[in-house]
Amino acid sequence: MQNKPLTIKELEARAKVIRRSIIQMLVKAGSGHPGGSLSATDLVTALYFNILKINPKYPQWPDRDRFHMSKGHCCPLWYAVLSEIGYFPKEELLTLRQFGSILQGHPDRKTPGVEAASGSLGQGLSVGLGMSLAAKIDKKDYRVYVLLGDGEVQEGNIWEAAMACGHYKCDNLCAILDFNGCQIDGRCEDIMGIEPLAAKWQAFGWQVIEINGHDMRQILSAYEQAKENKGKPTIIIARTVKGKGVSFMEGVVGFHGRAPTVEEAQKALKELE
Amino acid sequence: MAEQYQRDVYGATLVKLGEQDKNIVVLDADLSSSTRTNLFAKKFPDRFFNFGVAEQNMVATAAGLAACGKTVFVSTFAVFASGRAWDQVRMSVSYNNFNVKIVATHAGITVGPDGASHQALEDIALMRVLANMNIIVPCDGPQTEEAVMAAASSSGPFYIRLGRSKTPTIENKGEFKLGRGQVLSEGNDVTIVACGIMVQEALQAVKNLGSKGIKARLINMHSIRPMDDDIILKGASETRLIIVCEEHNTIGGLASSIDEIVAENSPVKVVRVGVRNRFGQSGTPEELMKEYNLTSLDIEKAVLSNISR
Repeated sequence: MQNKPLTIKELEARAKVIRRSIIQMLVKAGSGHPGGSLSATDLVTALYFNILKINPKYPQWPDRDRFHMSKGHCCPLWYAVLSEIGYFPKEELLTLRQFGSILQGHPDRKTPGVEAASGSLGQGLSVGLGMSLAAKIDKKDYRVYVLLGDGEVQEGNIWEAAMACGHYKCDNLCAILDFNGCQIDGRCEDIMGIEPLAAKWQAFGWQVIEINGHDMRQILSAYEQAKENKGKPTIIIARTVKGKGVSFMEGVVGFHGRAPTVEEAQKALKELE
Repeated sequence: MAEQYQRDVYGATLVKLGEQDKNIVVLDADLSSSTRTNLFAKKFPDRFFNFGVAEQNMVATAAGLAACGKTVFVSTFAVFASGRAWDQVRMSVSYNNFNVKIVATHAGITVGPDGASHQALEDIALMRVLANMNIIVPCDGPQTEEAVMAAASSSGPFYIRLGRSKTPTIENKGEFKLGRGQVLSEGNDVTIVACGIMVQEALQAVKNLGSKGIKARLINMHSIRPMDDDIILKGASETRLIIVCEEHNTIGGLASSIDEIVAENSPVKVVRVGVRNRFGQSGTPEELMKEYNLTSLDIEKAVLSNISR
């Protein structure tokens, strides 16, 4: 199933709805990760509504495109998008992190639309590689998308996977790097420098596309460019702002892993009207 | 007595499985000639992937393949499969309950000359604490085939532990069933429980004890998880002593599994024959079995010094 693609304006409106859901979920849950959920919202919204070949009514459709969120702590974003597109009722969102919920604190296969667990960083690109190789074995043309965090690329496993994706010429795989520049303990450049990112991925045999991760036009055109690329995996390095959309969260390291208070949430929701 | 490399049997079984089932995929990390996955690679190059010296990536990639419906066999040496990639096994494989079958070779002290870095004495312990994980330690070549076939036809993750050296074939073991131990000799004085190469040592010990008038019941506990609680509790109530033999640290492996069951249910004493909280070292398998007190004589001694109190 392929939904009718949304216009740029419609995508922007959806992203705002998703951001509102993220705030509502997190304030209800009382814990969780707003910063990286908000920074990747535009990237994941555009992907689900305009790019992925999926059927929310038939999550196990064998030919579906695969998406895996390697930076699992940003699952509020994933859950909000999955419910918005119809994988499960929106009421479920307010059960995030509660006992018995299908929405665990980090991704779990209990959630319709989640292919594999994540949360321990650095493993998801490998999981995506496995999905990419499965498509090749079965001669299927589904594509695989993996969302990575920037702090996450400090994990050695990422580079093992990067090397292997290049070696196996996984042109059906597209990684998306949410480059918001912040991690729990501070700015990435201060904690453990990750630059030059583009040169690193190129050296591992990847096509690199650098974009502004909040510009829907650039996001869509990067996904299209990735599809056309042959013989290499693609990584979209998306410059983003941590906490994007909520003025007092933007670029603030402290909102990596702290839920907003009730007052903060009210203020945030007002900004997202 | 017939002797086989368990890894030869593994390689041949993989080829057989590959012919029967197109969903079988095999991964290795630069050790395919040692683990014998190269036999599968030659026959089914489109379903074999070598990851180079990168075990973490290999294991998490196996999870991705399994997420797409593949039954994935993953092989490397036991130290790397269990230790190097443990977090990948935990989160990407066992938490997801995926069909990933880790077949680890070169386990235990009998790796020999390569020394302590390559002698996995902790792998059963590391795998045993993971929910969903099934663990089989086959005692010989034919049982290796049974274990691999059982793993392929059962759902969920498996860890199968194989050795480096040839193993003599043990006759008349009876039917192989996951979660069921095999009684290799009957007796009501002592229950000896063993897995892997220690089964052969235990068989010799049973013979020696028999000539001294001690009737030992010997159980081949190939299935560490699920464990055969019933056969252990029966031994605990019908015999006076339990001896557990494994080519592994005495902490965390087969002996610990049995301690846990017996401690909750029976006052019978359990004595462990295994590597006592030490790392290994270089040497021939025979030298090391002696140095680490893993021979039939050590088992016999353990019985004699504990049975009549």
